[in-house]
Amino acid sequence: MGNKAILNNVSMELWPGYVHAVVGPNGAGKSTLASTIMGLSGYTHFTGDIRFDGKSIRGLSIDKRAKKGITLAWQEPARFEGLTINSFLRAGARDKSIKNISNLIELVGLSPDEYINRAVDTTLSGGERKRIELASILGMKPKLVIMDEPDSGIDVEALNRIFDAIRALRENGSTVLLITHSMTVLEKADHAFLLCDGKIFKKGSIEKVSAFYADECASCDHKNKPIPEYADE
Amino acid sequence: MNKDELIKKMYDSIGEPHKHGPDVAHVEIHQNKVLGIHLVDGLHIDAKEVEDGIEVEIVVEKNAKIEKPIKICFGMIPKTGIQRINIYTRIEENAKAGIIASCTFPFAEDIHHIMDSEITVGKNAEYAYIERHVHGPKGGVTLMPKTKVSLKEGAKFRTDFELVKGMVGKLDIDYEAICGARSILEMTARVSGRGYDTININEKALLEGEDARGVLTSKIAVRGHAQAFVRNTLIAKAAGARGHVDCKEIVQDHAFAKAIPVVEVLHPKAHITHEAAIGSVDSKQLETIMARGLSEDDATDLIINGLLNPQ
Ligand SMILES: Nc1ncnc2c1ncn2[C@@H]1O[C@H](COP(=O)(O)OP(=O)(O)OP(=O)(O)O)[C@@H](O)[C@H]1O
Ligand SMILES: [Mg+2]
Repeated sequence: MGNKAILNNVSMELWPGYVHAVVGPNGAGKSTLASTIMGLSGYTHFTGDIRFDGKSIRGLSIDKRAKKGITLAWQEPARFEGLTINSFLRAGARDKSIKNISNLIELVGLSPDEYINRAVDTTLSGGERKRIELASILGMKPKLVIMDEPDSGIDVEALNRIFDAIRALRENGSTVLLITHSMTVLEKADHAFLLCDGKIFKKGSIEKVSAFYADECASCDHKNKPIPEYADE
Repeated sequence: MNKDELIKKMYDSIGEPHKHGPDVAHVEIHQNKVLGIHLVDGLHIDAKEVEDGIEVEIVVEKNAKIEKPIKICFGMIPKTGIQRINIYTRIEENAKAGIIASCTFPFAEDIHHIMDSEITVGKNAEYAYIERHVHGPKGGVTLMPKTKVSLKEGAKFRTDFELVKGMVGKLDIDYEAICGARSILEMTARVSGRGYDTININEKALLEGEDARGVLTSKIAVRGHAQAFVRNTLIAKAAGARGHVDCKEIVQDHAFAKAIPVVEVLHPKAHITHEAAIGSVDSKQLETIMARGLSEDDATDLIINGLLNPQ
């Protein structure tokens, strides 16, 4: 990507079944990390490796990664003209019964009767679209889900739905990589990474990372120009 | 084959039941024969057989409101032949009706279906004409639907042409509408082409009366060696006239698509917008569906089917 690498020396280990948070300022490289793990186009050139279930997924296409159980809930989800919520959810859902699809819609706090036949197009509000994205990944029962700012642009009620969703994923044994700017969301995780300028700057317990993030990053006047002495390693 | 068998065969080919309730008006036309006809109050249909087709006159009486859509099924079960249909439709003042026309040519190898239609929607009347085509896998159909529409003051008219199942063959749509004051026009064509299909769409509307509104929409998907040409013209002549021309074409394989939206505004208080998007499937849409585990081909089909869905 251009001349300068967006991510640098990023080494992360995700523990199966745990919720991992990634925090960091705008432009730190959080979405880039998500895109790289998912294998999106434009994000497949890097040195190093990504291993999943003990095997490299480096050369795999997006759908092959998804078939292994990896998925991504987009920060700004795509809109589809004419594609119904029903068809969209069925695409990924393991259980494609109408009962399950209705259930998924209800899980994210929307009324199945009202929404199931609506299109996933620009008539959905931003928050509604994010909820449908959430419903879609829940239906997949993924092994690893990357949620890119599921809490951006949504109301308090929807935030509770995200917490429910995280709980459901946890119960399902899914590993979650939760990208967020919110301290309340961060607190739902078991472990956290702080990304700054494309590098892992801090990692560890929620207490440790959130304390640093709240005390140092909130008032930061040198965004994405981290002070090396403060870094973990 | 007797009449009933033929009717059943036609409905079977479009996947619809061949029996209707008493409150549903319906007409079945095979080649140049009227096989069945059932009317309801306020509706008159006259059909005259001519040599290689049929002439139909449809009238919905003043103030009549026909709640259930009228079903018309026309087609040809044989592999070859000509079907010429002339339809004159008059929806009188304040009346309301809708037609769902199913056209089926399931075994076509060389069939010409030529349709000439004139539609008048009277003052404050409301009319919807939906035409769905089901073609066979060989694409041996030449379709030439031609329609002239006249909308009187305050009339509402919606038409939707759908050809997304089977091969198109050759399609040449020529629709024209003249829209009076405060009338509302919605014209949509949704077509999926493959093989060596050729698709020509010409939609034209003249917003002549004050505050007339018109939307011309084309949604086309072409793959294989199919070709699509869309030429939609919207002309606004009066104060408050508003319109929009929307053309979306998805192109795959060796297919070819061309769109020429023409907008003309002849009054300073009229306003027309247009939008044309031609190209492959949007990559973010594709990646989203692939991240749910579908292959690129399956994801593409899902997205295109969505686009071609009736809205
Ligand atoms: N495809 C690309 N081409 C060029 N630059 C890119 C590309 N994708 C991302 N970037 C740049 O890389 C940096 C990191 O972007 P990224 O979207 O990963 O940030 P982020 O941490 O997700 O930020 P935010 O909190 O705003 O979502 C930014 O400076 C961005 O402009
Ligand atoms: Mg981001």
